[in-house]
Amino acid sequence: MTDEERLKILEEKAAELRRLAQENGLDLSSEIAVLEKKIAELKKALFAELSPWERVQLARRPDRPSGLPFVQALCEAFYELRGDRVLGDDPALRGGFGKLRGKTVAILFHHRGGTPEEQRLARFGMASAHGYWKAKRIMEVAGRLKLPLVTLINTPGAYPGVQAESHNIAGAIASCIWQMLRHPAPTVSVILGEGGSGGAIALATADRLLMLENATYSVISPEGAASILWKDAKFCQEAAEKLRLTAAELKRLGVVDEVIPEPPGGAHADFGQTVALVREALLRHLEELSSLPLDELLRLRYNRYRYVGSPNPAN
Amino acid sequence: MPIRRDKRERYVEVEVSAPPEPLWVRCESCGELIFRRKLQENYYICPRCGAYFFLSAKERISALADEGTFEEFPIPVIPEDPLAFSDQIPYKERLRRAREETGLFEAVLAGTAKVGGIPVVLAAMDFRFIGGSMGVGVGEILRQAMERAAQGKKPFVLVVSSGGARVQEGILSLLQMAKVVAARDGLAAAGVPYIALLTYPSTGGVLASIGSLADVTIAEEGALIGFAGPRVIEQTTGERLPPGFQTAKFALEHGMVDAIVPRAKLKEELVRVLSVFMGTS
Repeated sequence: MTDEERLKILEEKAAELRRLAQENGLDLSSEIAVLEKKIAELKKALFAELSPWERVQLARRPDRPSGLPFVQALCEAFYELRGDRVLGDDPALRGGFGKLRGKTVAILFHHRGGTPEEQRLARFGMASAHGYWKAKRIMEVAGRLKLPLVTLINTPGAYPGVQAESHNIAGAIASCIWQMLRHPAPTVSVILGEGGSGGAIALATADRLLMLENATYSVISPEGAASILWKDAKFCQEAAEKLRLTAAELKRLGVVDEVIPEPPGGAHADFGQTVALVREALLRHLEELSSLPLDELLRLRYNRYRYVGSPNPAN
Repeated sequence: MPIRRDKRERYVEVEVSAPPEPLWVRCESCGELIFRRKLQENYYICPRCGAYFFLSAKERISALADEGTFEEFPIPVIPEDPLAFSDQIPYKERLRRAREETGLFEAVLAGTAKVGGIPVVLAAMDFRFIGGSMGVGVGEILRQAMERAAQGKKPFVLVVSSGGARVQEGILSLLQMAKVVAARDGLAAAGVPYIALLTYPSTGGVLASIGSLADVTIAEEGALIGFAGPRVIEQTTGERLPPGFQTAKFALEHGMVDAIVPRAKLKEELVRVLSVFMGTS
């Protein structure tokens, strides 16, 4: 019997006990507690052994916490800004201002949509040119007000479409990277699900980069790498391994500062706890960064990216 | 053209030297066999059908820099194959072959030069080197070039010819986008102009970083300028691409570039731009 099969049997047994307890008014709480403990242990063991490709699947789950509900749960108050002031408003990349433990921060985030209609309008989290131009605009507002910037990333990538190209999506992404590098206040990015290529790095050049345990961050999707390099999309599992796109690998590479653990069963299994874990990590990093003078903050940020992948002479 | 070996032998197993160039070249567009010297004299444009040939980084530099003025910067120290990547062939082998075929250390060549008598830092990308893709090597050469330009108060001129990020260096390639933008910020802080020449192709992560952030952006006639390749767009969205999509004319009409210039006039145009900013009194 595989661990997955054992897990399924245990979960069925627990459900059966709960049903019995409810129907017959029995107190089976200690039996249920024993089963639940076993289930949690098994889930933990199962998740520790996931392959990179399996984590890619988890990161892509449509029920993974992200987008507007996540931000609303994260902040004590949230006020959304809309539109890039030239082209329009993109529902796939949203942002505004909120309060985190009483302090105002700017927040930018990908939104994949809840309902099928929302998902279609948000192009499953693939933001277009006006999304990134809007992100730049909100970064500028936050910069004027010297407010910290938080970004929550969950996108398969920027939208590759005729209209996106007509509206200079490459320039919009480049401008976001530049604006974020210059931001005159602390910046923290969290990859919640997929961190897909240019669409992700546009919001990820922060002082601190955090990742949920089963999130991914990659220059290209495993399918894309397989079709370009192996000339066969079947090699996506191998590509997922070679690209080193998991949170644990990226921590080892020094790209990510902290891996935020997920609740047993994954982030989608417990929305509330995932929000709480992300909130704790965000507040801790913002607090640390807020103690640095601005010129020191910018110097550290600039050097972090200036020497990425090559020896840092300052070390 | 053989390259001085001394700077490179610490990093490269084989001597970096380009294979001998054939005397005759076939135009892939019209099939015409062209005498190489005649092609050179015609700026690598087919004399029969007008198709543009790829220019190597060295050819670009000799077309733009005043004769004998280009001095290459030393090759940076970089980790080779940082992810120990292999697909159908190991990445190290791919790099070795690209070096052998192009005579270059990486997909970009950078150094100091004079253009119309004006001292500049000049960098040219080379599409033949793994698609002109940007990994740590390209990112590092560009960073150092921009920092030297900022220190020396010289304009930075970049000829883009790149398909985007280098897949074989994974996330580190993606992060080179941040590296080159950070260095670009240094040019701005030093008050030094940055001029980009976008050629065929200027796409992906290079366009979505350094390629789009110049003070003056010139498209070479025949350039391809876009974030996503035409095939990706069609496959992902099912959209039909309009005629002339992602051409230099498309980029000009959509406000992305300042001018379209035929290859033969690029140097003249560059001198005009530089003269406005730097003066040649």
